[in-house]
Amino acid sequence: MVEITLPKNSKVEEGKTWPRTSHATHLTEFKIYRWNPDANENPHVDTYYVDRDNCGPMILDALIWIKNNVDPTLTFRRSCREGVCGSCAMNIDGTNTLACTKAMDEVKTPIKIYPLPHQPVVKDLVPDLKNFYAQYASIEPWLHTVTPAPEKEWRQSHEERAKLDGMYECILCACCSTSCPSYWWNSDRYLGPAALLQANRWVQDSRDEATGDRLDNLEDPFRIYRCHTILNCSKACPKGLNPAKEIATLKKALVDRQV
Amino acid sequence: MKAQNDMRTPARRVRGLGPAHSGTTDFWHQRLTGFAGIFLSIALIVIVISMLGRSHAAAVQILGSPIVAVIMLLFILTSVYHMWIGMQEIILDYVHDDKYKFLSLMLNTFFCVAVGLASAFAILKLSFGV
Repeated sequence: MVEITLPKNSKVEEGKTWPRTSHATHLTEFKIYRWNPDANENPHVDTYYVDRDNCGPMILDALIWIKNNVDPTLTFRRSCREGVCGSCAMNIDGTNTLACTKAMDEVKTPIKIYPLPHQPVVKDLVPDLKNFYAQYASIEPWLHTVTPAPEKEWRQSHEERAKLDGMYECILCACCSTSCPSYWWNSDRYLGPAALLQANRWVQDSRDEATGDRLDNLEDPFRIYRCHTILNCSKACPKGLNPAKEIATLKKALVDRQV
Repeated sequence: MKAQNDMRTPARRVRGLGPAHSGTTDFWHQRLTGFAGIFLSIALIVIVISMLGRSHAAAVQILGSPIVAVIMLLFILTSVYHMWIGMQEIILDYVHDDKYKFLSLMLNTFFCVAVGLASAFAILKLSFGV
């Protein structure tokens, strides 16, 4: 059954307020979710003050600044710091997005940061995405062919290649899937917008010869049909993609082959 | 299943029992009945308005006339089917415990069939005047 409230040991409590740097004049307040698996305590929200004169403009800059200058135990994922790797996806000011492409001045202060919603937390802002990655793997995101491989490359016209625009750009940050209420309630059986967008990327690929098998693998009341066009996915996508549209395209393909 | 008792790999959990190879018919029929519902609901409103202020006998005559009765029967059929699929979707979304899920799916079916048959029976009774 759907759980409306958090279990007792997951209820978020007020945490500590870390000291502000004494000489700083331009400060921005952060409220950040903290949970340590080794501490046997409930999660709590700590307050930090970032010295803006000594820090870059992005939320990720602020998190790194806090880790370097205030609290080295603050844990989060980050890598490319330019919206390409998808590592720093988190819930900022109530919206799933990438910390590296979101500026501090774009959001309300105090800036509230939580891990991606409805995923098990490994520590602080690090969610456990094993299920998400297994769902991606389950759509078999590689070229399937029965024709013997050509001497050179598999050929594709410009028009056929253009069909992949809006899908190949997905960086699998999980912002869309973890913003979807259907995914919150049914992530064990519903594949979620990211995996479905990727599934459509291969269904639409003119070089792929397993379109029917791919649709067979999706045709299920849960795997695809838990999508009710809520559109949180398209709103959340930090790359400006439209997963809801790609899911609609898949549903249309499933209807097309039936009627 | 509690996480600590579940040692299946993520791949095993995601693959589950495999795809059911169904759902598209429900999806398509929900849209089909929804589309039909646009016209049938307008017709229903027109029929109800046409009965405003009339006597019981006149209302019975209108509802029993062949064209109105067929429209009403079509409305009942499509809306009950639409309601059945819609409620089933909601149950699949929110009810995860197997016991309650199967129970609510059964109740949904019984309720929709009963409401549909009772409504259709009422129209047919008026129409055939038994």
